Order: sequence, then C-alpha cells, then structure tokens
Amino acid sequence: MMMTSSPRRPLVPLVRVLSLLAAGLTALLTLFLIGYILLQGLPHLSWELVSTSPSYISQRVGILPDLLNTLYITLTTLLFVLPLGVGAAVYLTEYASSRRLAGAIEYAAEALAGIPSIIYGLVGMLLFSNTLGTSLMAGALTLVIMNLPTIMRNTQESLKTVPQSYREGAFGLGAGKWRVIRTVVLPNCLEGVVTGCILSVGRILGESAALLFTAGFAHTANDFFTALSSPGATLTVALYVYAKEQGEFGAAFAIAAILMLLALAINLLATLSAKFFQRRNAS
Amino acid sequence: MNQPVITVQDLNLWYGQSQALRSVSIQIPDRAITALIGPSGCGKSTFLKTLDRMNDLIPSVRVEGQVLYQGQDIFQTDVNQLRREIGMVFQKPNPFPMSIYDNVAYGPRTHGTRDKKTLDQLVERALRDAAIWDEVKDRLKKNALSLSGGQQQRLCIARALAVQPRVLLMDEPTSALDPISTSRIEDLVLSLKEHYAIVMVTHNMQQALRVSDQTAFFLLGELIEFGETGTLFSQPRDKRTEDYITGRFG
Ligand SMILES: Nc1ncnc2c1ncn2[C@@H]1O[C@H](COP(=O)(O)OP(=O)(O)OP(=O)(O)O)[C@@H](O)[C@H]1O
Ligand SMILES: [Mg+2]
Repeated sequence: MMMTSSPRRPLVPLVRVLSLLAAGLTALLTLFLIGYILLQGLPHLSWELVSTSPSYISQRVGILPDLLNTLYITLTTLLFVLPLGVGAAVYLTEYASSRRLAGAIEYAAEALAGIPSIIYGLVGMLLFSNTLGTSLMAGALTLVIMNLPTIMRNTQESLKTVPQSYREGAFGLGAGKWRVIRTVVLPNCLEGVVTGCILSVGRILGESAALLFTAGFAHTANDFFTALSSPGATLTVALYVYAKEQGEFGAAFAIAAILMLLALAINLLATLSAKFFQRRNAS
Repeated sequence: MNQPVITVQDLNLWYGQSQALRSVSIQIPDRAITALIGPSGCGKSTFLKTLDRMNDLIPSVRVEGQVLYQGQDIFQTDVNQLRREIGMVFQKPNPFPMSIYDNVAYGPRTHGTRDKKTLDQLVERALRDAAIWDEVKDRLKKNALSLSGGQQQRLCIARALAVQPRVLLMDEPTSALDPISTSRIEDLVLSLKEHYAIVMVTHNMQQALRVSDQTAFFLLGELIEFGETGTLFSQPRDKRTEDYITGRFG
C-alpha cells in the first residue's frame, strides 16, 4: 500500500520532530553529565591521590586503599559467582530432569534480579557480617548473591544456543555427558559467560548500598588476605563517605571520574567482546 | 548373506503416547550395505537411532523388544562403548567448531588415546578412508566449519571412522549435498563396506539401488519388506512396497 494515501500522514513530520528532540536531549544530558564529572574530577586526580592512603596527620586524602578494595572485592566476587552461576546454568540446562524444578529455579533467579540492592545489603549484613564480621569478604559474598542471577541467566541463554547437533555428534562418538559438556558445550557458550562477567563487574563497581551494610568504610591499604577479613570501603562507598561525611568534594569527584572512566572502559570491553565472538562465530 | 551383526526382535517404540515403531524384526548383515527406505515419518530415523541408543537423549521415548549387537543386549551394555562400536553420520553435516584435526581426533581422545604420534596416524588414516585427505592435508589446523558441505560430511564420516567402529549408521548422508559430493560419498560408502556393516537411510531409490545390498521398506512404523535390493526393487512381494518404489505414494 502507498504511504501517501494514509490519513495519518500529517502526523509523521510532528513525530519525527519530537523523536529528534528526545534523542537530542538524551545525548545532551549524557554529554553534560560526563563532561561535568570529568571537569570537576580530573583536576583533583593526581598520582599522589591514587598512590597513597589518607592521613589525618598530614591532612592528606588518598584513595589507594579504596582502589585496592575495589579490585579485591571484584576478584573475590567473580571467584565465587562464576563457578556457582555457570555450574547452576549447566545443571539446569543439561542435567535437570525435572522441568518443573528447573522452571522454579529460573523463576527465583529472575525475581532475585529485580530486588533493590539495599535489601541484599540488609540480608548480607545479617547472614555474613554477623558471622564473618564487617569485612570485604562479607561484602563479596553479598555481591555473589546479587550477581548470581546475571551469570546464571547469561550462561543459560548461551547454552541454549549451542546447536543440539554438536551434542549429538559427540554423544554419537561415545563421549560421556561430562566430556560432551566440557569439550563441546561449554567452549561454545563462552560468549554468555563473558557477557555475564562484564555485566557483573559493572554492577560490582557501581554497588554502594549493599556494601555500606556489609563491608564497612575503612580506608586502610591491606594485602589481599588481610583485606578480605577487614572492613574496607570500595570506590563507590568511599565516594559516599568523602562527599557526605567529610565534605571532601575534590576527592569525591576524582573518584567519580575514575568510576566513570571504568564504566566507559567496561562498555568498550563489552562491545569488543561482542565483536570478537561475532567474528569467531562467522569464521 | 553374511553373519548378522545386529539382530532386532519385536522392537516397539513410543514417543510419549504415539507409537513410532511396531514390532520390527530384522537382521543387519556384516560387511554389507543395508538401505532403509520409506515415506517421510515412517520411522526410519527412529529405527536408526535406536541401534546406537541415541534415543536415550529424548526423555519421552519408551522402548520394548530386543536389540542384540554381536549377541549382546544393547540396553544392558555400556552406552558409550556401544556408540564407539556403532558410529553415526547425521543428515546435516555436524562438524564441531574446532580444527579439522581436532574433529577427527575427538573420538580417539574420548576413548583415551593421548599419544601424539598414534593420534596423527589415526587421523590420517580416517581422513584417507573418508576420501578427504588430499583436500585437507595442508590445513589440518583450520576450522572445520570453513569446509564445503560435501567436505564437512566426509569429515564427519572420517570422525566416525577414527574410533574404529564395526557398524556405521547413516541418516540420509547425502540429502544436503550437491550431485558431485553425493556421488563421492556413494563411492566412499561402497569402499567402506569391505570393513564395516553400513545401515543407510535414503529417500533416493536410485541411490538405494546403486549402493545397497539389502533394502528394508518401512511404512507407518512397520517393516513391510526386507530383502536383497535387486529382488525387492524388481519383484516386490508386498503390494505396498510396489506402490512405493514405483512412486505411487510417499
Ligand atoms: N523427538 C520426537 N518426539 C516425538 N515424536 C517424534 C520425535 N521424533 C520423531 N517423532 C515421530 O515419530 C515418527 C517417525 O519419525 P522419524 O523421524 O523416525 O521418521 P523418518 O522415517 O525418519 O522420516 P523422514 O524421512 O522425514 O526423516 C513421526 O511420526 C515423527 O513425528
Ligand atoms: Mg529421518
């Protein structure tokens, strides 16, 4: 049918103008936000800031402990959540004989993903901080629960896209179930695992509410194992503390700038990995 | 007819409530090619998949009756060992997304061969036997998915041969291929029957005539007629066989 005969034709230019306006506004807001934070933050960013601990005596603000804590908590969370999430996904898609049980678990994971993070904080405090003490470990375990659905769902989606013919081919050669999963299924769902990982890292970096409850505020630079058993602030928590409790807006904006650069880097990483897998799948 | 390598007695199979095989009894001869023909949905693939227990992967399947492989009840033996001895080539070529070499080495590695030299030999022999060695010998490390459809299918045959099976099951192995690839695979199948028992599903009557020694005609889950290929095509005993091979239905 010819578009010109449509009675709705007069509306089309208006819709176009409105959507152009909306798109322009969105772009403008984003650019403004990024620009503002970088302008406020970058001048305060210095080697001294990122390489030292804060000291009241020398009146110095340093965010090295917060950087380290963020790194530690991210690694620890991934260390736990990856095997758990991937394992659960493999079990549900490849082993679970009861569709009902699998469905129930999937539903629970879906629900888990929608819960506000402060509730995770509350539960994490009761479950982990009360037993392990307020510590990076308690924070990491809370983040594990938070990110479990992300890893699980992404892996599951990816598992479902592995062609059944690969499995049949491997079974047909006399391979056992675990060997089929390990050698044919899992290597082909790496994409989902990586995507889940990137999403999770983004979420971990941005999380503050759940960690305020569980990991505490300390700014002491520790080695990995000491840090896990001690309270410590991550970058986002430190941002909150510096801005809200100490009025150190310079430091707060410097942290904000770092976090934003990290977020951009993660976005870039996600795009690159998608490209990489696209190319790999095509070849 | 040679000694039977597989003996099927009164085989019934259900997908949930619907019965797909009805009291099938047949003896598959060794070192010969058995063709399975019949209209779409008559149970050829189902029957083939029962022989190496690929139906185990489908939860709703229920089987009754007896299938003996070399005198042993296949439902009592170790399924991985059974599938090692009874190989399967699928309708659509399904190489793994890994190198040509790794595809062929997959089976031997599965069954414990680790030695590089032994693997090299097994891979070369399987590729030679599958008549694809000359085309791939210079690019064994290349991804198998970069091969053409016909090459992929011969690679899948090589992959099946590499575990040194006794029986080769092929479900319409040429239906996705062009005429040249098809005739290469037919030649290949003919050369393989010296060493293997081959069961091949085909929709192509000419193909059944060209390559097979025995032909089995299925209809609605029943084995209607089974006999020497030339005889079955020239003097079918059953009216339904005659109707089918003369193209009156299916
Ligand atoms: N996984 C399954 N679940 C339920 N029913 C099935 C399944 N696979 C096959 N069937 C049914 O069993 C019957 C036999 O199917 P089968 O695939 O064995 O036929 P076929 O002779 O191989 O047909 P074609 O020539 O089209 O490949 C059909 O009625 C089909 O619908
Ligand atoms: Mg079929």
